[in-house]
Amino acid sequence: MTVTEMMPFGVLIPLIAAPICALLPGRFLPWLTAMLAAVLSALVMAQVLPAAVDEPLRYAFGNWPPPIGIEFRVDAVNGFIGLLVSLMATVILPWARISVNQEIPERQGLFYALFLLAFSGLMGITLTGDAFNLFVFLEISSLSTYALVAMGRPKTAPLSAFRYLIMGTLGATFYLIGVGMLYIMTGTLNMADLAERLPAVADTRAVQAGFAFIVVGIGVKLALFPLHRWLPGSYANAPSAITVFLSSTATKVAVYALLRLVFTVFGIGFAAAMPYAEIFFILGLAGILLPSLWAIQQDNLKRLLAYSSVAQIGYIILGISLLSVTGLTSGLVHLFNHAIIKAALFMCVCTVIYQTGSARISAFQGLGRQMPLTMLAFVLAGLGLIGVPLTAGFISKWVLIQAAIEQDLWLAVVVILIGSLMAVIYIGKVAEAAWIQPPVEGRAPVKEARAGLLIPMYVLVFATYYFGIDTRLTLDFATAGANVLIGATP
Amino acid sequence: MSAGFLISAIILTPLIGAVLIALTGRWPNLREAVTLTTAASLFALVTQMIGPINDRQPLTLTLAEPLPGLSIAFDVEPLGLMFALLASLLWFVTSIYAIGYMRGNKEPRQTSFYAFFAIAISGAMGVAMSGNLLTLFIFYEVLTISTWPLVTHNRDAKAMAGGRTYLGVLLFTSIGLLLPALIWTWVSAGTLDFTPGGILAGNISTGGAAILLGMFVLGVGKAAVMPMHRWLPAAMVAPTPVSALLHAVAVVKAGVFTITKVVIYIFGVDFLATVPLEKYLVYLAGFTVIAASVIALKQVEIKRMLAYSTIGQLSYVVMAALVLAPFSEIGAAIHIVAHAFGKITLFFCAGAIYIASKKTRVDQLRGIGLRMPITMTAFTVGALSMIGVPPTAGFVSKWYIIAGAFQVESYFTLVVLMLSTGLNAAYFLPIVFRAFFTPETETPKINHGEAPWPMVAALATTALLVFALFAFNGPLVDLERRILEVGQ
Repeated sequence: MTVTEMMPFGVLIPLIAAPICALLPGRFLPWLTAMLAAVLSALVMAQVLPAAVDEPLRYAFGNWPPPIGIEFRVDAVNGFIGLLVSLMATVILPWARISVNQEIPERQGLFYALFLLAFSGLMGITLTGDAFNLFVFLEISSLSTYALVAMGRPKTAPLSAFRYLIMGTLGATFYLIGVGMLYIMTGTLNMADLAERLPAVADTRAVQAGFAFIVVGIGVKLALFPLHRWLPGSYANAPSAITVFLSSTATKVAVYALLRLVFTVFGIGFAAAMPYAEIFFILGLAGILLPSLWAIQQDNLKRLLAYSSVAQIGYIILGISLLSVTGLTSGLVHLFNHAIIKAALFMCVCTVIYQTGSARISAFQGLGRQMPLTMLAFVLAGLGLIGVPLTAGFISKWVLIQAAIEQDLWLAVVVILIGSLMAVIYIGKVAEAAWIQPPVEGRAPVKEARAGLLIPMYVLVFATYYFGIDTRLTLDFATAGANVLIGATP
Repeated sequence: MSAGFLISAIILTPLIGAVLIALTGRWPNLREAVTLTTAASLFALVTQMIGPINDRQPLTLTLAEPLPGLSIAFDVEPLGLMFALLASLLWFVTSIYAIGYMRGNKEPRQTSFYAFFAIAISGAMGVAMSGNLLTLFIFYEVLTISTWPLVTHNRDAKAMAGGRTYLGVLLFTSIGLLLPALIWTWVSAGTLDFTPGGILAGNISTGGAAILLGMFVLGVGKAAVMPMHRWLPAAMVAPTPVSALLHAVAVVKAGVFTITKVVIYIFGVDFLATVPLEKYLVYLAGFTVIAASVIALKQVEIKRMLAYSTIGQLSYVVMAALVLAPFSEIGAAIHIVAHAFGKITLFFCAGAIYIASKKTRVDQLRGIGLRMPITMTAFTVGALSMIGVPPTAGFVSKWYIIAGAFQVESYFTLVVLMLSTGLNAAYFLPIVFRAFFTPETETPKINHGEAPWPMVAALATTALLVFALFAFNGPLVDLERRILEVGQ
């Protein structure tokens, strides 16, 4: 089997495993199936990415050549994202098994089936080269995610899932309308084909409106400020494993979809002609500052991290609004780095929830002595979020600041630094509660989490520092990806 | 010993020490033995660098290159060697002192105290040996964060408030000003390596350079140039060994060391001389010298008085570095050492007085010289060095700074130095007088003599060092002359 033939299996393995999972009894077998699917998918992507950097891999389904049939198309950008998604699933699943046993004791087959559907949907969005097919995968991942969020234990979980559903459906519909307009104007849905035909009709209102619909539609999915309202509730109420998985993959994949459509399909020239850069620049700045401020005010730590995620998306949006190779590199590299860092942080918080049953900051008081390893991991990953040198977060912020200075955007530099200082405050708030304040009186002593929860956490913490020192993998692929995106059609 | 191994060993020794301290926490005698052994071996390792530096052999190590052209690298030069020697030597002395202090005061959490102390020293070593601004910045932040638990050691509301000011000012200045200055430098010059003669000449307009220098001087909050000085008095809530080593030597000297390095190796003295607005920063430093001395005059708490005195003395170094005369650069370097010996002696004395008599205020010291003759003699030595009276170390550095001021005819600097000398005398000499020449008005509650012997031994040692630097400053001056050599 050639690498090209292997490539679609990154999506197909979890997709096929999902119904099998649903039928399996008990707890262990469904998990094992999901785990195997994730590992295999990650192995496939690890083969695909190096092969896809020089020349895009193209696979036409059913041997129907595009633009008639559906095509998967992988280059440096989506190979990178696909590897990220499948790797995150692989790291998170061993951790998830323990927390899912506590939160969803029964019918785990269905849970893992939904998880695999969400996973394969995200992989599909990443690998597909067809604008309508992207919508299909978007819906696969979204619908399964709504159900997963509703499985959360808090009473408000179904409500959050419902809000997410409304917003998500609106976003998907906007996207579909946009794609429909492009189809009417060009008669094709294949991305590469669209990119060839669009310049001829670029000056029409229909294409411009289509662009707006697509950007807004995906903007909802990636929780672009101010379309982020669904995110904190969903993250806070979803089962822990889902929070960790979504925080590190779902919004990242949506960012990828935006990049792919704006830069590959419409092209940088079209984007530069629209007021895209200005709007994203402002939304990026506001999206860093306001959500950071809200994060500082949160009492529930899952919400705190969720708002922090919205703020981090602000950094990514700021990077891609600059329309330069450095800016896009910073966006892509932060996508990767933030996925690792935020997954580690959510894992720490969810581990505390597993041990104490509460995500409120008061539950963290004095935990530094009772759960030293978990809280140490929180502080270490938190330093990454702040962007301290030697962490992955520093690399992304450095590249972003460099991109801003290249265009003399000093305002952006100031905002990035203020955002970092705000991260110091909200991470410091938790660290102070855990390490300095005395334990709550009358609470039974909390034990350190078991190794099964700690090991994946420390794998991610290690990655936070590894990718802060050795940036060959992240920065090189991000730069290659940025060049692909800027350079016109793949 | 290869350069790479030596440099890694110097960074790692205190860190390994910290781990061992944490592991041996249950057995205090063993734990203190670990601290002393680590400190002694660190000093021994640092002295190994003297030979290669004297022979002008390169001492470099590149650990990693996270971003193209931007590495985590070390490159030891005379100024860094001096700082590393100073901090490691005084760490050993302070460790002896701390054993007496912490046990005498029955402090809680001693294990974490010694462990964080060791980590802070590792940070100081990293700052001293760093080969570029990024590496320096990393260890600078390690130093900030690892000293925060030491400042908040008492864990009460006052300590927490002090800790918040401490961390707030230091992090705000470093992330808000120093980091952007660093990035700006990198974007302009394309490198952050410390290079003799500087890297910015020709890469930045003189107006830009003036702003950039301002960002460096204020962004290095550890140098405590006003208005970024508030963290230093706030840090005085820490146990006295912390104030002595970290807030008179390692942390604050890391600040002025950074500014001196930036002036000499990033801007370059010749280039800075062409920057028109540069002298306003001399005025700012001069203002800090005078203002801090005036505030010190009004303090009643001994440690707070010493803190404001430190702020003033730090700005001597900043001012001397910015005067840009060859002699004043040497004076800046020497003053880092001279002030360290003097000020650590004064802090040691303040701590000894507190442990022996529980007194913390200047007005309580009547007649204490008769009860604690060694301590108060050492205090007098430290005070004379602050004023700059021969035969103390403070005289040597002041000599070079004044010589430098004459070289470039900076009369502002001369006036500041004279005023400051008078003010220093005005707040130190009354204490000496009160301690030795006025009788006790009432019998103190505790009928005390000298503090425990480890403390007395430590403060006597540092007082002797004050004289030693005056007598044997030749090799140090010769070494530091080399920082101005360009094109090696």
